[in-house]
Amino acid sequence: MSSSTNTPTHHTSTIGSIGTPSRRNTELALLVFAVVIPVFAYANVGLAINDSVPPGLLSYGLGLGLLAGVGHLAVRKFAPYADPLLLPLATLLNGLGLVMIWRLDQSKLLRSLPNFAPAAPRQLMYTALGIGLLVAVLIFLKDHRVLQRYTYISMFGALILLLLPLVPGLGANIYGAKIWISIPGLGTLQPGEFAKIILAVFFAGYLMVKRDALALASRRFMGLYLPRGRDLGPILVVWFVSILILVFETDLGTSLLFFGMFVIMLYVATERTSWIVFGLLMSAVGAVGVASFEPHIQTRVQAWLNPLHEYKLSQAGTHDGILHSEQAMQALWAFGSGGTLGTGWGQGHSELIRFAANSDFILASFGEELGLAGIMAILVLYGLIAERGIRTALAARDPFGKLLAVGLSGGFALQVFVVAGGVMGLIPLTGMTMPFLAYGGSSVIANWALMGILIRISDTARRPAPAPAPSPDAEMTQVVRP
Amino acid sequence: MNKPLRRIAIFCGLLVLALLIRDNYIQYVQADSLRTDTLNRRVAIERYATPRGDIIVDGNPITGAAKSTKDGINDFEYKRTYKDGAMWAPVTGYASQAFGATQLESIDDGILTGNDDRLFFRNTLDMLTGKKKQGGNVVTTLNAAAQKAAYQGLLKQGKGAVAAIDPKTGAILALASTPSYDPSTFAGNSTSVDGKAWTKLQKKNDPNDPLLNRALRETYPPGSTFKVVTAAAALQNGLYSSADQKTDSPLPYTLPDTRTELKNEGSIPCKDATMRIALRYSCNTVFGKIGADLGRDKMLSEAEKFGFNAQQFTPVRSNASVFPKSMDKPQTALSSIGQFETAATPLQMAMVASAVANDGTLMKPYMVDKLQAPNLDVISQTEPQKLSEPLSKDNAQILQSMMETVVSEGTGTNAKINENGVTVGGKTGTAQHGVANSANPYAWFISYAKLADGSSPVAVAVVVEDESANRDDISGGGLAAPIAKSVMKAVIDSKK
Repeated sequence: MSSSTNTPTHHTSTIGSIGTPSRRNTELALLVFAVVIPVFAYANVGLAINDSVPPGLLSYGLGLGLLAGVGHLAVRKFAPYADPLLLPLATLLNGLGLVMIWRLDQSKLLRSLPNFAPAAPRQLMYTALGIGLLVAVLIFLKDHRVLQRYTYISMFGALILLLLPLVPGLGANIYGAKIWISIPGLGTLQPGEFAKIILAVFFAGYLMVKRDALALASRRFMGLYLPRGRDLGPILVVWFVSILILVFETDLGTSLLFFGMFVIMLYVATERTSWIVFGLLMSAVGAVGVASFEPHIQTRVQAWLNPLHEYKLSQAGTHDGILHSEQAMQALWAFGSGGTLGTGWGQGHSELIRFAANSDFILASFGEELGLAGIMAILVLYGLIAERGIRTALAARDPFGKLLAVGLSGGFALQVFVVAGGVMGLIPLTGMTMPFLAYGGSSVIANWALMGILIRISDTARRPAPAPAPSPDAEMTQVVRP
Repeated sequence: MNKPLRRIAIFCGLLVLALLIRDNYIQYVQADSLRTDTLNRRVAIERYATPRGDIIVDGNPITGAAKSTKDGINDFEYKRTYKDGAMWAPVTGYASQAFGATQLESIDDGILTGNDDRLFFRNTLDMLTGKKKQGGNVVTTLNAAAQKAAYQGLLKQGKGAVAAIDPKTGAILALASTPSYDPSTFAGNSTSVDGKAWTKLQKKNDPNDPLLNRALRETYPPGSTFKVVTAAAALQNGLYSSADQKTDSPLPYTLPDTRTELKNEGSIPCKDATMRIALRYSCNTVFGKIGADLGRDKMLSEAEKFGFNAQQFTPVRSNASVFPKSMDKPQTALSSIGQFETAATPLQMAMVASAVANDGTLMKPYMVDKLQAPNLDVISQTEPQKLSEPLSKDNAQILQSMMETVVSEGTGTNAKINENGVTVGGKTGTAQHGVANSANPYAWFISYAKLADGSSPVAVAVVVEDESANRDDISGGGLAAPIAKSVMKAVIDSKK
């Protein structure tokens, strides 16, 4: 579990106090890039759309720089040994997302839609809140192991959050999915994004305690290790809850994400491949079962298999009780029109995707304007975040930290896959948003909090062990030479 | 726990890899077909992002471009404008952001937008030098003065159409249709303005069907003007060898195999009349008998040589005119005087007149002279093509002298041009139609003009959907002939 690979002089497993360098200056240098690139992008959009550098360039640059700076200082002060890549990667993605959201705000088509309000200023505010939450996590969560104490509270908390959208009067049905709750005066909130983190805490706590029981106390049956019923209980509960979400909130993405995250953590905790087989079987049974009677899911699958047909139905205004959406096809056209190098910032027509161009489908907007090259870069950035998170799990010294880190980063990777795969037509569309890139308060704030926890774990993992206190009366160890 | 962790790391890597592969598939492999998909609105946005090239008549553009009004969501930059749009609509068609394009606007869309493959090299150069993409021009064969004469003549009469051709080349000189529409009124994309104008023009809202291009797409019974074709068939098949040979025609003439008598309009000297006399007075009995004597196959073959039963592409498609392929003897007789199922477009009848005027050679009608690149380089030039030879030169000249008699002392005197050396040949027609001939008849006039040197610069066909029903051939001469005259005069004057 040691991460001391940096100095070849260490031959023992003891980690010396002069171990891992903190890498804070590396982080600072990377952060400069993470701020400068979006600032240039912002100027680029302004030049493309209005032939002039946008008037808010300075304040925007300063704002993003300030936020990144605050994040950096908090990490430097409260988590000095944290992974140096996580903060810059998240800042870069968030900054690029802000530019794209601002660019779509300029679109005449979107401005003419009934409920238009510029999204970029609000997204900037959410970003500030998110970074505030990151700082708060770093200040108040001195040690991630504290979270272990709240294992079962987390379970209830997550369940309540997840079921809130079903409460009459509180839940808001927006475009066919009931995954929002509306809070009077504050707007809407997507509890699923927060539940993701809290559930990871519960899974990590539960599995840390139960992992031996789950791994060893089992009967062998047809080459698979079947667990005991009492250990299986919570797993079935999770499975059942994800099905509930799928059925009542018609949210394929969230249920897939929760279940996938759980299977990953279960596998890591028990080291038993049979759990993966179970997990896949159960999700397959659940998904097929629900899809067989839930029209909303069926349309999603239809739209995935034949987006053009769905587009035509939507254009023709077919009313057969199902909301037909042209967006899947519009997104494919956006990607195709972008081609290899893209049309350039501000020179595409992603607004044709309508209201979701800056949220669910923001990746298609990027695909059109930055092209294959840009999307590949963005996907690699996401991949790096996930891999740095798993690297943190590898480096963590306590099983709870390991499980929590792999749960959060594995869930992050799954979310990216499910959303990007949905937008690109690789899998049916689900309705979650790209972390950091997409417009949406809950998503940005929750993902910054997720970053805070990962940074905290990585700080603990990479922190050099304290040097053993010198004991004045310790005797020299006698070495007997042959 | 580290072994499964490493596997999860690989799994996450595979997830990203799958996304990268899918992205390469849609943004590289499929990119071109998605980008050019006609349902992809970006294609239309790009089409209207630059001003379209122009359609040119006599060196002057009859089209233009204007910035679209940016009301609401319109994302098209430029829209089409038209000068004298209603007059030129049968030539240009329309190019509307909301309703697509027709006719020349549609056929030569590639040149007009600048997207044609033949402009690829130039576009690439322009892209490298930073010039904006421009559309090329379509130069038509039309004659602005003739078109104006045709359109204004028709406007006075209400509904109708005119087609005029240069007999020597087949170049179309005028193509008018009334009632017409101004394509400018719905060139944009606004539901309040353009959408309303469009709806108003639809046939269900306007029974006069202004969007119909009557010169090319409407087939009318040609009435007596078809007798020119029958006379040509008689001469070509040697039934009669001159204009002044007596024909063997009884009066009254009973249709073969029936007891039905074919009648003439009024009492005219048709018994055993010569073809010249018969054409001058428009004798149904004489030409009905000629048709019956020749028989279906000979009549059909002659009519098809003149262009019947085939669509003509000018390059705009014109409907096929009809000479029935299966009919019995009495029906052949009726068809030969332009009744029964015979139907012709104005363009078709102009082709008949032009073949006679051009000493028997029928040229393929066309209305695009050349296509130009944005810098006026010629991309393609139309060469006149022979379509067929329905008449020998001698027989054509016999028929010319017969048609000239019609104008000098027959039913077509209204088309006479009193200028030195100009002779006009023509034929009137009044086509009855509707159940029991109850509807108002169509007044036809086909003619050509010949200059002193024997060359013929123009052949013209006019049809007026006659509102002031005057049921004899005079109405062809009275309503349609003056229009033909002014069109011919406009062409002759513009040659000077």
